[in-house]
Amino acid sequence: MSAVTVSDEHATSTKAKVIQPAWVRALHWTNAFAMVLMIMSGWQIYNASPLFGFTFPRSITLGGWLAGGLLWHFAAMWLLMVNGLIYLVMGFVTGRFRKKLLPITPAGVISDTKAALTGKLSHDDLTKYNYVQKLLYAGIIVVGILIVLSGLAIWKPVQLQYLTALFGGYEGARYVHFFCMAAIVAFMVVHVALALLVPKSLRAMIIGR
Amino acid sequence: MGRMRKLLIPGVDKTLLVRDAVKSMPDLTRRRFISGGASLGALTLLTGCDVTDSFSAEEMLKQVSKFNDGVQALMFNPNAMAPTFPESAITKPFPFNAYYDLDEAPEVDGKTWKLEVRGLVENKKTWTLDELYQLPQVKQVTRHICVEGWSAIGSWTGTPLRDFLKLVGADTRAKYVWFQCADKDGYNSPLDMPSALHAQTQMTFKFGDEILPRAYGFPMKIRVPTKLGFKNPKYVLSMEVTNDYKGGFWEDQGYNSFSGS
Repeated sequence: MSAVTVSDEHATSTKAKVIQPAWVRALHWTNAFAMVLMIMSGWQIYNASPLFGFTFPRSITLGGWLAGGLLWHFAAMWLLMVNGLIYLVMGFVTGRFRKKLLPITPAGVISDTKAALTGKLSHDDLTKYNYVQKLLYAGIIVVGILIVLSGLAIWKPVQLQYLTALFGGYEGARYVHFFCMAAIVAFMVVHVALALLVPKSLRAMIIGR
Repeated sequence: MGRMRKLLIPGVDKTLLVRDAVKSMPDLTRRRFISGGASLGALTLLTGCDVTDSFSAEEMLKQVSKFNDGVQALMFNPNAMAPTFPESAITKPFPFNAYYDLDEAPEVDGKTWKLEVRGLVENKKTWTLDELYQLPQVKQVTRHICVEGWSAIGSWTGTPLRDFLKLVGADTRAKYVWFQCADKDGYNSPLDMPSALHAQTQMTFKFGDEILPRAYGFPMKIRVPTKLGFKNPKYVLSMEVTNDYKGGFWEDQGYNSFSGS
């Protein structure tokens, strides 16, 4: 047993270091795909009864009309939820969340934000997240959980009425669901922009190294 | 386009509006309009690709929707009551909502109207409104949730459907109670038996303590607070207890059939 472990360690140290393991990459891109389907079909559903004084342009919605949007939304939700559950379980079981995302200290976040804004943030070691990344990644996981729970609260306000009540009732859950979507879209804009600014981080999420 | 924009009513979904307009077209025009206008159809025309791909996406969505029917039936708890509200919470005015304007809503004569009861029932008699008014009634103040997303709280009074089903000797092991209505184009909708037997599912004769007005489905609507609004048929003409899935007005167009809350 110990011989195997030693040779494994030896192998990884000689090969290029794996930055993102295969399971993270698979779940990441599955999540990205499911998220895009959920958001675009969600905009279609929003347009049928807008919460605010605007609607989403038809060209960026999915499903063609309300029934189509709903079909996509309630199909992609399974992909999103199953994928998300596997991610949460793996994140805890492998210790990835603890190792990668903790600790998050206010001082660390402040100094890394300053460094980022002045262009002095180091990207030499992509296996370690800086404090801004830690905060954003941990935050978006919480938002991801919230958007699923508020979605379930809207879908089943009778069967899951205690969950719906937690969001301030059916109408409250609609607003929570909307603002979580807005947070995810904002995250995606920043996330994609930064990944393009540091292309080797994008490469690591595709081929692992 | 500018003129078109002026004609649109704020807050009204353009797609739904077009959809409604399409419905008033004769069948052939309608089919052509849909096949020409639907983006998937247009895409296949443009690319010259075989339509199998778009059909398989549609087929996949249909299958998942059926799967979701099953999941929702499993989630359905017959003892879970829809939350009730005080009278002060009632939405005023309660919205009129249909695929037609209020002036096109059915005008049913309460004196000649009869409820037909068909299918797997012992007593297939038709019921007059006066006869139905003799049955014990209960009131509920619950939230009506539309498939479009909006919701409104209303007060409905009537006879629990399960009491009526018992009275007519319905076979409650049957799968559905299928309702047919007087709306133009013939509205109909199936209700699964567990939902039909839910304590709050009601044959409604009154809204806000007044005889059900035309806007809300005179003379009778089926109030199902554990379902989305379109599963609450208005202007009901007949009910059939059946094991066959007979489809529904919106269900046939792609809306999820169970659509439980």
